[in-house]
Amino acid sequence: MFADYTWSELGSIFAMQGFAGLILFSVFVLMALGLAIIFGQMGVINMAHGEFMILGAYVTYLCSHIVENYVPSLFGVYFFGAMILAFFASAALGALVEWALIRHLYKRPLDTLLATWGLSLMLQQAYRSIFGAREVGVTLPDWLLGSVALTDTIEVPINGLFVMALTLVIAVAVYFLMFRSRMGMQTRAVVQNRVMAGAVGINTERVDRKTFALGCGIAGIAGSAFTMIGSTGPTAGQLYIVDTFLIVVFGGAASLLGTIASSFAISQAQSTMEFFLSGSMAKVLTLLTVVGILMLRPEGLFSLKIRR
Amino acid sequence: MTNNGRKTGLGSTRRGVILGAATAVALTAFSQFGVGKAHADDANTTGLAVTADTVKVGILHSVTGTMAISETGSVQAEKLAIEQINAMGGVLGRKIEFVQEDGASDWPTFAEKAKKLLVQDKVAAVFGCWTSASRKAVLPVFEQYNGMLYYPTFYEGLEESPNVIYTGQEATQQILAGIDWVVKEKGAKSFYLLGSDYIWPRTSNKIARKHIEKLGLSVVGEEYYPLGHTQFNSVINKIKLKKPDVIYAIVVGGSNVAFYKQLKAAGIDMTKEKPVLMTISVTEDEILGIGGENIAGAYATMKYFQSLDNDNNKAFVEAFKAKYGDEIVIGDVTQAAYLGPWLWKAAVEKAGSFDIDKIKAASPGIELTTAPEGYVKIHENHHLWSKTRVGHAKADGQYEVVYETKDLMEPNPFPEGYQ
Repeated sequence: MFADYTWSELGSIFAMQGFAGLILFSVFVLMALGLAIIFGQMGVINMAHGEFMILGAYVTYLCSHIVENYVPSLFGVYFFGAMILAFFASAALGALVEWALIRHLYKRPLDTLLATWGLSLMLQQAYRSIFGAREVGVTLPDWLLGSVALTDTIEVPINGLFVMALTLVIAVAVYFLMFRSRMGMQTRAVVQNRVMAGAVGINTERVDRKTFALGCGIAGIAGSAFTMIGSTGPTAGQLYIVDTFLIVVFGGAASLLGTIASSFAISQAQSTMEFFLSGSMAKVLTLLTVVGILMLRPEGLFSLKIRR
Repeated sequence: MTNNGRKTGLGSTRRGVILGAATAVALTAFSQFGVGKAHADDANTTGLAVTADTVKVGILHSVTGTMAISETGSVQAEKLAIEQINAMGGVLGRKIEFVQEDGASDWPTFAEKAKKLLVQDKVAAVFGCWTSASRKAVLPVFEQYNGMLYYPTFYEGLEESPNVIYTGQEATQQILAGIDWVVKEKGAKSFYLLGSDYIWPRTSNKIARKHIEKLGLSVVGEEYYPLGHTQFNSVINKIKLKKPDVIYAIVVGGSNVAFYKQLKAAGIDMTKEKPVLMTISVTEDEILGIGGENIAGAYATMKYFQSLDNDNNKAFVEAFKAKYGDEIVIGDVTQAAYLGPWLWKAAVEKAGSFDIDKIKAASPGIELTTAPEGYVKIHENHHLWSKTRVGHAKADGQYEVVYETKDLMEPNPFPEGYQ
């Protein structure tokens, strides 16, 4: 396969391939973090995770449309504002959903699967009615398009670098929120023992709502960022949901670190295999490996040691 | 013809007596539409939903679910055609009424709804389906209950049914001329074939590969990605390594958007001389989602582009925009869907009857000179003779037509030497 190429050509291809793997890693972390909080910490099987992402994407679309038409001078930076709005829109919807639907189901985690599946269908149809069945195009500022040439032969996509930076910021923020703040401490307390947490004076309902909203908000940011690399349509959320669950389950549902580790493992495996094999085969092998490992370690890569 | 007239005259008298016995209002209505009524028996011997002044047809597409993105345009085009035909006086003097059913992007649902349209509504024709999977699901229903389906999408071929008129191009029509053009005009020597992983891209690429190899040129890579795949960075690196002259892409759906955005982000500039990107899966409809700036410079081979410069098309685009708004775009399949009701009308009028068997017999040889794509004609194999064109994508989301075949391309759903 490589006989016809010089070493420098091969070197640059492998460097670019390394970046491709890292970008995929960031994308995976970004889409899985929100779910890791909701599914991993709260035990809610949120099948509508993809639709919360797409809400973020649609908010970005609206922002791009409005800014382009009314305040074109701000077009270069609108994306940051759009991401923040996407966070709040998805978080607000998340809080509403938690209040109306999820809080009645904490004792029946399997039913959350059905309820959120229904919710995802409703949201899809709502998007279709509001924004039309066709995909919408999100116009991006010019500086986000194209690639940076590191050397003559190594080119790295700017939107990929942007996603990497964003993932880093969000992962750090989530770390501080979950492990260094009062809210995080309360969340973890509720996760570990709901009754006891209530007994020591934590308002568990409030914590639940905030945690769910946070997870949805992060999904909104992810959706907003993915307008750079993917499609925005009523059913686009479905493209992400399988991979997202795969990552969270493989990493060990209760562990945020596990989510990051499993994103890394799956993204590297997939991007390397995609390079050497065909796309469909790479996917098959990745899934087979994950299934194999889960058979040996049903708890996922990282599991909390708790007494059952 | 005279013979027919006499026979139906008798029939109408008989029915007239029955109706006259009913009410005076009905009698007035009858005499008013007496001419239309005169053909009722002969034009409809199999109990289709045809009355003195109306005929019922079915529209069967997905308006919910993942395929709604693609099928919306077809529904709009079919409704427009029906409206225009009615404004011209209908078919054999009867106004067309349509029953719309939703296939919901689910193939068994398509089959169920097709059966409902044929058995319960007794429609005279159905305009519908989009994916090959949905067509394959309804095909046995149409053959069993003897219905007529007008199918709009360009597809992989390898099918021919007396109960279906294929108004889109089959694979050889779409592919061969495009490859010939890129070889001749762009001096292409090597190709990288890429597609979503299902029957249409695989069959199409098989045909493309055979044709490329027949020309003595090389295919340096061929790859398929699962439907809905959104990460193309690895394959883009592979393409960079192989340096093909032409990237031949048949990626569909949401993957399409991801593919073109990432291709552009990876620094593959399609506006430059090489590599040429050629696709058969991106119409103006898809560009809405991809964004014109992300695909500008690519070439597409289709039979229709919205920018086609002829009087039929200008009138069509104007009518379409008047009905659905100025922002709307029209892709290849939308135009093919628009042909359906017109081809059916022509067949009914040629046969002088709504009977399915007579339409089947009358269809081959039917010409349409008013088609937006220009002149088309139905082949013996129920596909259309049509020209193939190459369009050059511009940043505003439209294609500029840079080439069209001199002659109509013959449809050849079972191409020998390409399987």
